[in-house]
Amino acid sequence: MKIIVPMKRVPDPDNVDKVKISSDGKRVSSEGLDWKPNPFDEYAVEAALRLVKDSGTDKTTGEVIVASIGPEEATHQVRWCLAMGADRGILVLGDDHELDASVVARALKKLVEKESPDLVLMGKQAVDGDSNQTAQILAGMLGWPQATFAGRIETPADLSRATVTREVDGGCATVTVKFPAVISVDVRIVTPQAVNNNMIPPDKLNRDGPRYASLTGIMKAKKKPMDRYTLEDLGVDTTQRVKTISFSQPPARSGGVILDTVGELVQRLKEEARVL
Amino acid sequence: MHLEPTMKQAVIRRSVRKFAEKRLAPAAVEMDRTGDFRWDIAEEMARLQYFGLEIPARYGGAGLDSVSAAIVIEEISRANAAVGLCVSVHNSVSAYPVYLFGSEEQRQRFLTPLAQGKKIGTFCLTEPNAGSDVSALETSAIREGEEYILNGNKIFVTNGGISGINLIFAKTKPAEKGKGFSVFIVESEREGLEKGPIEDLMGMRGNPVCPVSLRDCRVPSENLLGVEGDGLKIALSTLCGGRLGIAAQALGIAQASLDASIKYAKERHQFGKAISEFGAIQDFLAEVGTRIEAGRLLIYRACDLKEKGNNYTKESAMAKVYASEVAVDATRAGVQIHGGYGYTKAYPIERFYRDAKVCEIYEGTSEVQRMVIARSLLHG
Ligand SMILES: Cc1cc2nc3c(=O)[nH]c(=O)nc-3n(C[C@H](O)[C@H](O)[C@H](O)COP(=O)(O)OP(=O)(O)OC[C@H]3O[C@@H](n4cnc5c(N)ncnc54)[C@H](O)[C@@H]3O)c2cc1C
Repeated sequence: MKIIVPMKRVPDPDNVDKVKISSDGKRVSSEGLDWKPNPFDEYAVEAALRLVKDSGTDKTTGEVIVASIGPEEATHQVRWCLAMGADRGILVLGDDHELDASVVARALKKLVEKESPDLVLMGKQAVDGDSNQTAQILAGMLGWPQATFAGRIETPADLSRATVTREVDGGCATVTVKFPAVISVDVRIVTPQAVNNNMIPPDKLNRDGPRYASLTGIMKAKKKPMDRYTLEDLGVDTTQRVKTISFSQPPARSGGVILDTVGELVQRLKEEARVL
Repeated sequence: MHLEPTMKQAVIRRSVRKFAEKRLAPAAVEMDRTGDFRWDIAEEMARLQYFGLEIPARYGGAGLDSVSAAIVIEEISRANAAVGLCVSVHNSVSAYPVYLFGSEEQRQRFLTPLAQGKKIGTFCLTEPNAGSDVSALETSAIREGEEYILNGNKIFVTNGGISGINLIFAKTKPAEKGKGFSVFIVESEREGLEKGPIEDLMGMRGNPVCPVSLRDCRVPSENLLGVEGDGLKIALSTLCGGRLGIAAQALGIAQASLDASIKYAKERHQFGKAISEFGAIQDFLAEVGTRIEAGRLLIYRACDLKEKGNNYTKESAMAKVYASEVAVDATRAGVQIHGGYGYTKAYPIERFYRDAKVCEIYEGTSEVQRMVIARSLLHG
């Protein structure tokens, strides 16, 4: 089984106060920001590793490829995922402002054609733009089945398909997709029992959250193969569908008020905030 | 001269920091309050290879370079100094000397379980009458056929309460002061080895420091590390590396203190503004920040000398004395910045203050470090 996990580097969400907007309002400056793999993509890496690797015994039943489309510095975040245990990396060079969900999906489609994976497993959205589109566009372009917002994935031992529990408004929906497919994951996919491939027993060592890279993992990551392409190499049509008109900072938060009664709170939520 | 971390070192810092912030920092308060070690955390760290930092992969270690090892200890200590102490002592003065001085057979038997974190190691040098003056140690090892019989009392054994493997320094030639001692690898389950009650420490609580006594403890001669009479040589060489571990630990505590102080100074308002806007507070931050950077460079430079196989006795003593004094000063300033709240357990800064102090004491006091440095300056 071959899995491609697309991974975007995003500014560390803990750094939001460092985000600056250029004077013309057209760009967000990335100067001085710390970068990390998009958390949902890291969950996808974890889910992919749980699908095909047994961390107890080093037994593996498949290959996990981490693919990033971004600037050269994103090598760092790809290495990070390799240190977690992914087998190899792909970096498609591209600057953040040249990319939108459709360019990314087109680039991923080219990688899929090159690599013929059984599964593209991805984060449901990147926490910078929060578009939540790439998985859906990619599946559409490939004509593959898709299951988005996966909170649970179960596969039979022959890894021919996946039964995916999707997190939807008001509850869960369970769907089965045949491979090859595109699955996007939500945060619950990294709970200890969320991934079951009916072959490697669900690892009792799984803990909540993506795994930490072991020091040996980090040492090995350095030697793992990493392919580099440009968008031109892959013949990707780079026309963007989304045009950014301007960025603006959210208004500064004004001070709160302490109310005396619940009744007053309900009244103000109704009349002033108009949320009830 | 390269002063930038390599990509590998940067990834190591990030990954250890992430683990330390998520798993070690939350455990620190409880460990400090109860003094109890956390085995579950040790098991997790074993899986991440934190117990075999500089040990080659063929013995189950991570095979890190010295700077990377210092980064790991710094980041662990930034979140939880008691765990940092456990990792520092285990790696630099227990596993490392077994690697450096052990025979192939000893490496297979003792180093591999140490590096894999299946056994925790100790370094038992200090005795009631032998502290700074190592040559005064009284524990004896008398050879009888293929065995040595050990008798004596070791105190202040870091990791003592949880150890599986102990390096015991003992006199093999009682007549010869200094030259007459040797090092034995003694398993905790060996008959005649007794562990005393855990010390009620001022800081580093949660690391089970305790006395270890030897009563007619019979140890086979295969457990002698190096050759008879090598004790002083092994002790000095080991402490040289050990000081880098303690320096990295002190640096981690100092950094934790600075981070907490910056955060607090921005949040706390007096006289209508954040206290971070007052010159006096800025002076504290600037001073501590500068000294932390200086300490970090001293440590990495000494690590680099070690990595390249050069003598680094003076440099490791400089790094140790400097970083541990930075830690004490940084945490003292940190408590001051926090004002009255800093004197309560509502904030971690008072714990950092208590944790920092011992860095000036163990693995050679600051006074002893200065003696080592001066000796090297005066006599080359
Ligand atoms: C928490 C903790 C953990 C420890 N862990 C270990 C461990 O794992 N293994 C181990 O072997 N030991 C360990 N120690 C012991 C530690 O290394 C000793 O406490 C230290 O070396 C000092 O020895 P001492 O306490 O006997 O002090 P002393 O040697 O009695 O020193 C008392 C004071 O006199 C000063 N002094 C001594 N000689 C001189 C001199 N010639 N010139 C100037 N000043 C001098 C000292 O600097 C100090 O200020 C630990 C101690 C603590 C507190």
